[in-house]
Amino acid sequence: VTVEVWAAEDTTPADIDAALRRLLEEQHARGQSYAPARVVNMVAVVDSSWRGEVVNRLERVGRYHPSRTILCSVEEGRATLDARATLTADGTGDPSLISVVEERVDIRLGPSHLRRLDAIVDPLILPDLTTLVWAPHGHHEAIEAMRGLADVVLLDSSDDPHPARAIKWVCSVEEHAYVVDLAWLRSTPWRERIAATFDPPEWRPALRQISKVEIRHRPDSVLSGVLLLGWFSSRLGWTPGELVPERERLHGRARAGKGEVTLSLEPVHDLGAPGLGGITVETHAGWRLSLDRGPGGLIARRRTKDGHESSWVVLGASRGEGGILGEGIRQALLRDPTYAPAVRCAGRMLT
Amino acid sequence: LATVQENPLTEGLERAPVHPTTLIIFGGTGDLAQRKLLPAVYNLAHEGALPERFNLIAVARTDQPDEQYREFARDAIEKHSRRPPDDAVLSSLLERMRYVGSSFDDPKAYEGIAKIAGELDDQAGLPFNRVFYLATAPGFFETIAQSLGERGLDTREGAEVRLVVEKPFGRDLASAQQLNRALLSVFEERQIFRIDHYLGKETVQNMLVLRFGNGIFEPLWNRSYIDNVQITAAEDIGIGTRAEYYDRSGALRDIVQNHLLQLLTILSMEPPVSFSADEVRNEKVKVLHGIKPPRPEDVPERVVRAQYAAGVAEGKEVPGYLDEQGVAPGSTTETYVALRLGIDNWRWAGVPIYLRAGKRLSRRVTEIAVTLKPVPHLALEQSGSLGVQPNQLILNVQPNEGVSLSLVAKIPGARMRVRPVNMEFAYGTSFMSQSPEAYERLILDTMRGDATLFARDDEVEAAWAIVDPILEAWENTPGPLPQYPAGSPGPPEADKILLDAAEWRPL
Repeated sequence: VTVEVWAAEDTTPADIDAALRRLLEEQHARGQSYAPARVVNMVAVVDSSWRGEVVNRLERVGRYHPSRTILCSVEEGRATLDARATLTADGTGDPSLISVVEERVDIRLGPSHLRRLDAIVDPLILPDLTTLVWAPHGHHEAIEAMRGLADVVLLDSSDDPHPARAIKWVCSVEEHAYVVDLAWLRSTPWRERIAATFDPPEWRPALRQISKVEIRHRPDSVLSGVLLLGWFSSRLGWTPGELVPERERLHGRARAGKGEVTLSLEPVHDLGAPGLGGITVETHAGWRLSLDRGPGGLIARRRTKDGHESSWVVLGASRGEGGILGEGIRQALLRDPTYAPAVRCAGRMLT
Repeated sequence: LATVQENPLTEGLERAPVHPTTLIIFGGTGDLAQRKLLPAVYNLAHEGALPERFNLIAVARTDQPDEQYREFARDAIEKHSRRPPDDAVLSSLLERMRYVGSSFDDPKAYEGIAKIAGELDDQAGLPFNRVFYLATAPGFFETIAQSLGERGLDTREGAEVRLVVEKPFGRDLASAQQLNRALLSVFEERQIFRIDHYLGKETVQNMLVLRFGNGIFEPLWNRSYIDNVQITAAEDIGIGTRAEYYDRSGALRDIVQNHLLQLLTILSMEPPVSFSADEVRNEKVKVLHGIKPPRPEDVPERVVRAQYAAGVAEGKEVPGYLDEQGVAPGSTTETYVALRLGIDNWRWAGVPIYLRAGKRLSRRVTEIAVTLKPVPHLALEQSGSLGVQPNQLILNVQPNEGVSLSLVAKIPGARMRVRPVNMEFAYGTSFMSQSPEAYERLILDTMRGDATLFARDDEVEAAWAIVDPILEAWENTPGPLPQYPAGSPGPPEADKILLDAAEWRPL
């Protein structure tokens, strides 16, 4: 429910800040059951022509909303700032329950503003909260400008069609902010299931015997696959070599103790959603596990070294791209110690 | 690189792997299964939190084929799940459900379970862990446990077998001891998970974090600074369709013996050396042992019981307890109880701890209020303002989950006048997600084998030892009970157990 709105043309950050304070005071005066959310500031920098699409994506994130969103739409040739501030409440209609209020500030600005985006945004972000910056349409200069303010940079390394360049960019961003990468989050269910497979103590020695990892991915999500190989390498102490293209596929090897692991990435063209389509892990002893997308979860197929085969569905709903973005926002408040080592290993595979 | 003893792949993952499990629900068509357990299992499946291989076997008296039970489960999940079910996930989950129709004292029930669970293990080529969930009337707990033992279903080579027991765990100390003996004659204590769903609530678990993760509270958390503690579980609803159960139970057994004493132990326990199940439960048991049960002759001045009379609740006129359908004529079952306890240890000696629970009260709220002692000298002007109130830390368990601290602040103006203000932390405003249902967490913990949020045998018995003398005194005191109008804050008689200038927090 929209509870308060303010808008102005050719305005200033100080005016927007003052308007936000006034809106909150007015809304508070109307009833104590309204309480502003205080979780995370999100600064999204988008192309003006794609603003509506981004707004839709943010509305579909499910349970994980930023508490204050500052949506900066970049318009060619614009020299002034127009702004609109909106407070919305999750009103249940029950006056005895707290209605949580979220704030959104829409700012229309020009490309020249991006180099000093920090000066525009600084008065509008709530201090003491994590500040997350997301620039889904490039605008690297905005991320550079936000170096001093951003705690977390949300990005999708799969957006860049050149994986090596994407990894390089991620590494440079990581020097000044924690990175949440949507391409990495798309691999979470796969990492969870692989970890679960090898979790029973009797299966753990098989981690040392892995001989082959084959990943199937949507053609535009090769980096999700490379990151997953980076995860295997960093967690299991492999030394990966360079991935070499062969037709549509990428091939490589990793040194694992005294042995070697064959790595491969294969695009699958009929996958609907971005991300991974399947993975197969084999051991020197002839044990093999495959996981593939299927209705209601991942279809698991296992062949033991004596040739016995079994299949089952690992239950789990698809999060969809909205859910992945929501997860990205939630991850701004967490820290995954395994991403950076996986990125470094992925970088070695893509040199 | 971690050693193979550790599984280096789990580092950084939010969800720890869970061994393949078959969950067997006794009472699979009952109210609890329908409203809580099946929706919780679905939500775990939706989030990908169930073990990678999972089966569910429901056991209930009605004779019906698997397909019919799956339809029942689908309806229950669609009606009670906290999120709209995903068709594909729900269908896949339902495919893993099997049904055994038999009474719980019939050997056929256990033969059926053994057969199906064995087949499922064989199909998978590995022994699944088995979790037997007793969601039945308490009268069946012993029978089921004994029958599982007699048929060798209490252990499984290469896998874990666990037993989950719903409340009520006994109806007095003697019956709880008897039940413990019966369960422990078949299962080991580490296999038994006694559910108190309050412990699955995020806000209750957060009490441990609040106390032991923040340095600000520990110096104040003792008799030198705390004046009194009030723990309230107020409901605005009546007994609904639970008259048969409730009239034999009452507020003391239904809420105080388990939920409120659990809240009390978490609030007042010493810091554990770790958060392992036994370290936490050791500290909780110490608290319960520190509470001196009231002697029967002290009960009238330390405990108040009452029943709701006709009144207005939930916006409509409602009947009194004695006029509710299914309640025995002249029943002396209490729908409200308030009591004063104390903990005899160095930290808490002399601090009154007030517990109250009731139905058909003016508001639904579960909270803990820790009232600090007033400042020793006040130079501030109090006339013309609300004045200085002692600081209160309120831990809201439901419905507005969060924590608030009342402080005094200067009223803007030329004079030094003050009034109380609140510093608030609300879950809804500080976290972006809704809390999962308590049962989701607890079911997952039973599959993981983590007993931290479950009551141990000695814990349950220590809690009954506190409540038993009250029940005994009441048995010897005929009714009728004091009445309070439905929709009111409770009986005025509750004030008489308060010491000094203490007041009940308004509901």
